[in-house]
Amino acid sequence: MMSVDGLMEGEFFMNGDDACAEGAIAAGCRFFAGYPITPATEVAERMSRRLPEVGGVYIQMEDEIASMNAILGASWAGVKSMTSTSGPGFSLMMENLGLGIMLETPCVLVNIQRAGPSTGIPTLIGQGDMMQARWGSHGHYEIIAVVPDSPQEMFDLTITAFNLSEQFRIPVLIMSDEVVGHMSEKVVMRQVAPEDLVTRPRPAVPPEEYSPYLSGDDLVPPMAVAGEGYRFHVTGLTHDERGYPVMTAEAQDKLVRRLVDKIRLNKKHILRMEEVGLDDAEIVVCAYGITSRVAKRAVQLARQEGIRAGLLRLIVVWPFPEERVRELAAQAGAFIVPEINYGQIVLEVERCAAGRARSILLPHMGGGVHHPETILEAIREAAV
Amino acid sequence: MKLWRKPFDFHEQATAPSKVVLNKDRCKGCEYCVVFCPTKALVMSTEMNAKGYLIPVELPDGKCLGCGLCEAICPDFALWIVPLEAAQKGE
Amino acid sequence: MIGTKTLTDNPVDLYLRADRMPHIWCSGCGVGPSVACFVKAIHRTGLDTDKIAIVSGIGCSGRVAGYVKVDSFHTTHGRAIPFATGLALANPELKVVVFSGDGDLAAIGGNHLIHAARRNIDMTVICYNNFNYGMTGGQLGPTTPLEAKSTTSPYGNCDPPFNLPHLVAACGASYVSRWTVIHPRQLEKSMAEALTKPGFTFVEVLGPCPTTYGRMNKLGRGVDELRAYQERCVVSNGVDPRDAEIGLNGPILVGNFVDLSRPTFWDHCVKIFGRAQKK
Ligand code: SF4
Ligand code: SF4
Ligand code: SF4
Repeated sequence: MMSVDGLMEGEFFMNGDDACAEGAIAAGCRFFAGYPITPATEVAERMSRRLPEVGGVYIQMEDEIASMNAILGASWAGVKSMTSTSGPGFSLMMENLGLGIMLETPCVLVNIQRAGPSTGIPTLIGQGDMMQARWGSHGHYEIIAVVPDSPQEMFDLTITAFNLSEQFRIPVLIMSDEVVGHMSEKVVMRQVAPEDLVTRPRPAVPPEEYSPYLSGDDLVPPMAVAGEGYRFHVTGLTHDERGYPVMTAEAQDKLVRRLVDKIRLNKKHILRMEEVGLDDAEIVVCAYGITSRVAKRAVQLARQEGIRAGLLRLIVVWPFPEERVRELAAQAGAFIVPEINYGQIVLEVERCAAGRARSILLPHMGGGVHHPETILEAIREAAV
Repeated sequence: MKLWRKPFDFHEQATAPSKVVLNKDRCKGCEYCVVFCPTKALVMSTEMNAKGYLIPVELPDGKCLGCGLCEAICPDFALWIVPLEAAQKGE
Repeated sequence: MIGTKTLTDNPVDLYLRADRMPHIWCSGCGVGPSVACFVKAIHRTGLDTDKIAIVSGIGCSGRVAGYVKVDSFHTTHGRAIPFATGLALANPELKVVVFSGDGDLAAIGGNHLIHAARRNIDMTVICYNNFNYGMTGGQLGPTTPLEAKSTTSPYGNCDPPFNLPHLVAACGASYVSRWTVIHPRQLEKSMAEALTKPGFTFVEVLGPCPTTYGRMNKLGRGVDELRAYQERCVVSNGVDPRDAEIGLNGPILVGNFVDLSRPTFWDHCVKIFGRAQKK
């Protein structure tokens, strides 16, 4: 059912890409710039149909570099904005993802991961961009990345992604994958109550007193937008609180520390994970995205065999839930990390486990998903 | 002044004898104002500013007719003109 | 003329971040005078400065955004135009200006330039053309004339340049002009026309770069470069911009080349997106 203001409500059978677009609209996104790419095209297609219905703007840009920049510009005009892409397009967005981080621009970037490197298998799944999501742009920064495991979460987590991006003034990545993007399932859509929609912190001072990068305790500076009379300056160069470039190691130190710390120190407000049977788990399967659904089945089967296995599903992958993995490392004997790459998140698990528990990688090179039996077998092996 | 041809935007460019004001700290001594002034109202001085550039100075004979060219082409927003009348009132 | 003239402040300071002066540009650089013309043009149009946003890329002229006292964005190399596209479409009440250099706009950002012109996005692009990459020390760029010397064309440039007015006109720009900084009155007027005209408007500003391009091509000091512009420029309003190629020597055509009306991207949006709302 569509309500008067063009938002959808009720139960629908739809694919993850479409659900993501609907989540964005429910979150208040009214600007989308993108470039067609398999398997993310459906997000753009749905936005091109839906945004005009709700008074938003869709533009198909000349490439992904332009798309990323256009959503930054739209955000600075005060409109919630999003782009979606995959594979090579994600690589093209990296440069200006950095600009978004530096200017502290709320926006959402959806990556429906496919198998790489390069053109790889455009139509089939991969999870090979997880480290690129973390470190793909140059320089040192923190990022927020969420990983949905179902069309329902494509809807829900897109709303979460917008909220986090507004709250912390940072581009938020939705690191989905081809299978979640293309699978169709029941999606329950709801209108989000206005109080559940976060909007960026706004300046409380008159323009003469406004400094674009002066923040309080939460390290997130209030954000004026273009056209309001603040006449602010922002730059991708290292800058001071006024937004003016300052080319010194001291200014660099101060800025980068704040950009990183505003995420690190606010981690408890950002992290989200699902835990299944971890209370007494000796074997912890750590998985994310579509892989976690297979892992959940494997854990169930292992429990039926009497093995104390559990699942740690990462919903927010970046920042990484270091503390929780450390706790589990003290309790469990082994982590099993199935992922559709040749070992990325397993490196984080291994780092946090720091030798207190084994970390076992179950790689899949892409083009398909793990079989539950493969994970179950690994659990059995680890249990002996 | 007698003009051999009336400029197309003469109505909005009416000139009046003026005084040239220099913000010494901004000047980078490029000499544009001196070289392109149609009446040669300015010369380079021997005075050096804090950045080490020689700066221009207006000649005392008041030749500036207020055409505004120096103001328009100064790369450093360092000089501008004030109509003599206003300048004498000390505005 | 801006406001009342005083003995204490340059009238253009009203539109500048005076607290950031002196600026970073070299002695005799032409970026400064083009900015002076630009703010006088803003004044001339009477546009509400609270509604003007200026976006720059990277390079010497990429620093312009940092000196003009409006909402201003110093973005990444070549990407000012798509950033500005987002601003302009998300808030059509804004007057969005892109002020950047030839290398930024036409080389690394060339793809964005042609598409913004094709779409006829409501924005004014001011391209400061100094015929080389000044900030990085004088490498050849997309406008460097054939045979010209640069740090990466030590034997002379073998890389044919863009004729920018022809390029953007061919792509559909609504307004195209070219002036130099030694034509301040025409430049200011042209910028004012570009700022008030709907659609994609483009002003190419030629100016001296005594530090790199001028030095490498033995053009003398800034004053000599300006004199050369005075001598070489032929005011040619209304000529077909295809004839406005710039060589190492010889005449340079300047003037207002294109001034036409065609629906902007936003005009199309309003009309066509309207269909979605009627349902
Ligand atoms: S034009 Fe400006 S910077 Fe150059 S010498 Fe004159 S006042 Fe100084
Ligand atoms: S205003 Fe004209 S006449 Fe007066 S000093 Fe400047 S250039 Fe010369
Ligand atoms: S290098 Fe050339 S363009 Fe850059 S500031 Fe110096 S003179 Fe101007």
